[in-house]
Amino acid sequence: MANTEMFIRELADKYGRKRESLMPILQEVIDIRRYVDDEVMVNIAKELDLSAAEVYGTASFYSFIETEEVGQYVIRICKTIVCDMKGKDAIIEAIENTLKIKLGQTTPDKKFTFKTTNCLGWCHKGPAMLINDEVYTELTPGKAIEIIESYMHK
Amino acid sequence: METTKLRRVDFVFRPDNTCIDVLRKTLQRDADDIIIELIDSGLKGRGGAGFLTGLKWKLAKEAEGDIKYVICNADEGEPGTFKDREILDRVPRRVLTGMAICAHTIGAKEGFIYLRAEYKFLAPRLKAVIAEMNEEFKKLGLDFCISLRYGSGAYVCGEETALIDSMEGRRGEPRNKPPFPVTEGYLNKPTVVNNVETFVNCCIIANIGGEEYKKFGTDNSRGFKLFSVSGDCAKEGVFELELGMTLADFVEEFGDGDTKAVQVGGASGFCVPRKKFKETIIGFEGIPTGGSMKIFNSSRSMYNVLHNYLEFFEEESCGQCTPCRVGCQQLLKGIEAVKRREKPAGYLDELVKLAKVMKVASKCGLGQSVGNAFVSIVENFREEIVY
Repeated sequence: MANTEMFIRELADKYGRKRESLMPILQEVIDIRRYVDDEVMVNIAKELDLSAAEVYGTASFYSFIETEEVGQYVIRICKTIVCDMKGKDAIIEAIENTLKIKLGQTTPDKKFTFKTTNCLGWCHKGPAMLINDEVYTELTPGKAIEIIESYMHK
Repeated sequence: METTKLRRVDFVFRPDNTCIDVLRKTLQRDADDIIIELIDSGLKGRGGAGFLTGLKWKLAKEAEGDIKYVICNADEGEPGTFKDREILDRVPRRVLTGMAICAHTIGAKEGFIYLRAEYKFLAPRLKAVIAEMNEEFKKLGLDFCISLRYGSGAYVCGEETALIDSMEGRRGEPRNKPPFPVTEGYLNKPTVVNNVETFVNCCIIANIGGEEYKKFGTDNSRGFKLFSVSGDCAKEGVFELELGMTLADFVEEFGDGDTKAVQVGGASGFCVPRKKFKETIIGFEGIPTGGSMKIFNSSRSMYNVLHNYLEFFEEESCGQCTPCRVGCQQLLKGIEAVKRREKPAGYLDELVKLAKVMKVASKCGLGQSVGNAFVSIVENFREEIVY
């Protein structure tokens, strides 16, 4: 689509066309579109004069650069040991029941994707989760449901 | 061996609005003089690896080339560590001042903060402070400009050469060393990569002097350090303590009275059982830590702890070198098989051998340290792994 071509060209104008411009470009695509699809990667490759495989190689390395379609809000709950000790399983169950999806899935309306992630750096205030870039700590099942519901109405 | 009593200090989180005066004063000084003071202070890197900071700066200064870079490693991914987030949130100017002192010392004009994606919520405020400080640098006649870069969720990028590759738009796969970043770093130019807290300590040393700094800590572990304390604790959070205390004193202060074990240094650190608390020194002569201190009480299964760590490493291994990629998988499968009785308890000894091979054969610190947690948990809590 011409739309994507323009979008990537603008990002390349903003961040440059060097190899070291690649991460900032991918990251802004994530900020705006939540994931990078094949079309995006091919266009980035063209703008930066790289092979598409190089772009895919970099993009697919990073857990926060999604290369498959995800929802508008990506929920990442911390599964590392202290959040685990503080009851992350109960939070996961509460969110699964609220969104009616399992971990790793996206809601049919493409609004939410639910994933786990490694240590978020909030061990003293676990369990913790991210929704896109926003942090939520000291979760209880009730609090988690309230937060998710507030996003449902957005 | 020399130890210290547990003592709280307060240097890092003092208001950071006077940092610019420290910088003004330091810019008058000769680079070699700054390096000598830094080496003499004994400051070792606060990210975990513990390289002598002054020596790193010296090597970068002496490296040939007109273009040099300063990078602040804010890719704080070690499980149980959250001190760098607190620093960047509360006293960012102290970090930026440390970076500016480094730039003045080694002759760099450009600096970067590599902030992990998980901390992106800090970015708006951090960007504003960076803009403000860049202006201050100009006013002081220092030709140095800092900008912000982001990680994208890869633990291994905390390793300095992986971080550099990531900044260069590549997969975050650690490089062979040598060459070290001080001679061939970002864009193959001489680069100093220091942890957030290390730059803060450089700023503090510039302010109070190396002699004063040396009064804290022990011979091998000079100064003070931030500890990220979490788990089964009486109190959790970030605490600034003099280095060199025993783990027994630490547990007395922070434990919940029923502490079974402490994981010192995060998933890549060591698990210390109760019987060794008294003889264990927290510092470079004992067990060094980037600050992660996770406390487990007797209600916790050490099998679950180890399983959690191995899942973590298996996911975060970059996959580049075989000992780490396959080793992490096999350690994880191995303890699961022992737990399910598909393998005899003696299989754990084979796995310990594998962990030791990973230590010598892996390319970077990630694979080299998987064995720390593995061996220390299996040796001290074998019955919990088997039954």
